Amino acid sequence: MAERTPLYALHLELGAKMVEFGGYEMPLSYPDGIIREHTQVRSSAGLFDVSHMGQIVVKGPDAATLLESLIPTDLAGLPNGRQRYAYFTTEQGGILDDLMISNLGDHFRLVVNAANKHTVMSHLRSEIGDRCRVDLLTGHGLLALQGPATQQVVNRLSSMLGEQRFMEVTRTTIGELHCLAHRSGYTGEDGFEFSLADADTEPLARLLLEQEQVRPAGLGARDSLRLEAGLCLHGNDIGPEITPVEANIAWAIPACRRATGDRSGGFPGADRILSELSDGTGRMRVGIQPEGRAPVRAHASLQLPDGESVGEVTSGGYGPSLARPVAMGYVENAYSSEGTGLQAIVRGKPVPVTVCKLPFVQHRYLKS
Amino acid sequence: MSERLFTDDHEWALADGDTVTVGITNYAQEQLGELVYVELPSVGTTVHQGDEAAVIESVKAAGDVKSPVSGTISAVNDTLNDAPEKVNEDPMATGWFYKVAMSDPQELDNLLSEDDYNNLIATLE
Repeated sequence: MAERTPLYALHLELGAKMVEFGGYEMPLSYPDGIIREHTQVRSSAGLFDVSHMGQIVVKGPDAATLLESLIPTDLAGLPNGRQRYAYFTTEQGGILDDLMISNLGDHFRLVVNAANKHTVMSHLRSEIGDRCRVDLLTGHGLLALQGPATQQVVNRLSSMLGEQRFMEVTRTTIGELHCLAHRSGYTGEDGFEFSLADADTEPLARLLLEQEQVRPAGLGARDSLRLEAGLCLHGNDIGPEITPVEANIAWAIPACRRATGDRSGGFPGADRILSELSDGTGRMRVGIQPEGRAPVRAHASLQLPDGESVGEVTSGGYGPSLARPVAMGYVENAYSSEGTGLQAIVRGKPVPVTVCKLPFVQHRYLKS
Repeated sequence: MSERLFTDDHEWALADGDTVTVGITNYAQEQLGELVYVELPSVGTTVHQGDEAAVIESVKAAGDVKSPVSGTISAVNDTLNDAPEKVNEDPMATGWFYKVAMSDPQELDNLLSEDDYNNLIATLE
């Protein structure tokens, strides 16, 4: 039977359409519907239940070094109270999972995809579990408040939160509720992700929903928002078969882990990834702009006008902020430049598409 | 005009002489969510009862509108091309999809009455 988050009863109370996702009963949308929830996040603020995601604690004197042996990132140089986007790589140079990793002083906090939490836990335990503590946090919910009204909302609730900048992580109190606040998200907008005890999750959700700028938003809107923002979804746009260089997310590999860095390599698949960084790849992730109104969805074949297959769509759907379909996928290098005309096969028929830059909607993170 | 009939696939059919107007039900549009794309058949296309005649896409998924009867497509609701959300707003009237000139009016006997359809959707909830 699927698990339930601390907000299950609230979702039903709010009239959510529930679906099973990552082993959990989650809200696909609320009565507003996906499109309104999406536009609400871009114009004001939406609140998402993301308690299904995996929250992992890694603790020990060598934790930074041990995690760096599995993730091409810089943890030795990650200040207390900061987080980074990163990914676990595989021996073949693919991506086991992408995640946010925070330095909380006495431990690292990892937030991983719901569908991968057990795979990641096995990986951590078998690779480094003998030399540090690795625990999957239970009894904690996770909420995401996203949208340009975030600053107004948090100013009202906590002066500390109001001053927090993008990618900072702080322990704070909202009302009487203790939480860990990360200024980050998966929508391209300003926002926070709050981790807190199960028992406090519904009270915080209700408090946030009481704010006039905030409405509930479900997984349907979460997907359309991240797609417009050009953000990858593991299992669609990235996975063990795709390298970070092909996926165009190698920006997350800092100089110190690259070929000339002082901690060069030393992560799974480093040889392949580092050689791709210098020599390039055969295919690349690109934006795909369909012509017309028909959505072009994941797994649609991408072809040259003569029918030769040159790639595949990995994510696609309708972009409410643009009122047109948007997609992303992989194409052979030769056809990856902006403006290249291709066709996508939808229901057996060709739909003209154009290669375009990502994101479709510019990010509006709160930078200092 | 005769009474409105239904399919277990959530289409409705309203016969006027030999012409049947076809749409999707309120239950269907609620389940689908807001439509973002509609692909209508061409006038003159031959359809058989149960054939996929139109394509509909919501944000999350694609579906189809099957033809409740056999015959020839005699008209389509072009306004849905630029305003697919009309189907959500008024599924039972101005959100109609297409009309079929029936080749076998007896096929209407295979369809569900409004009561039968309402009983069906009651079991789905």
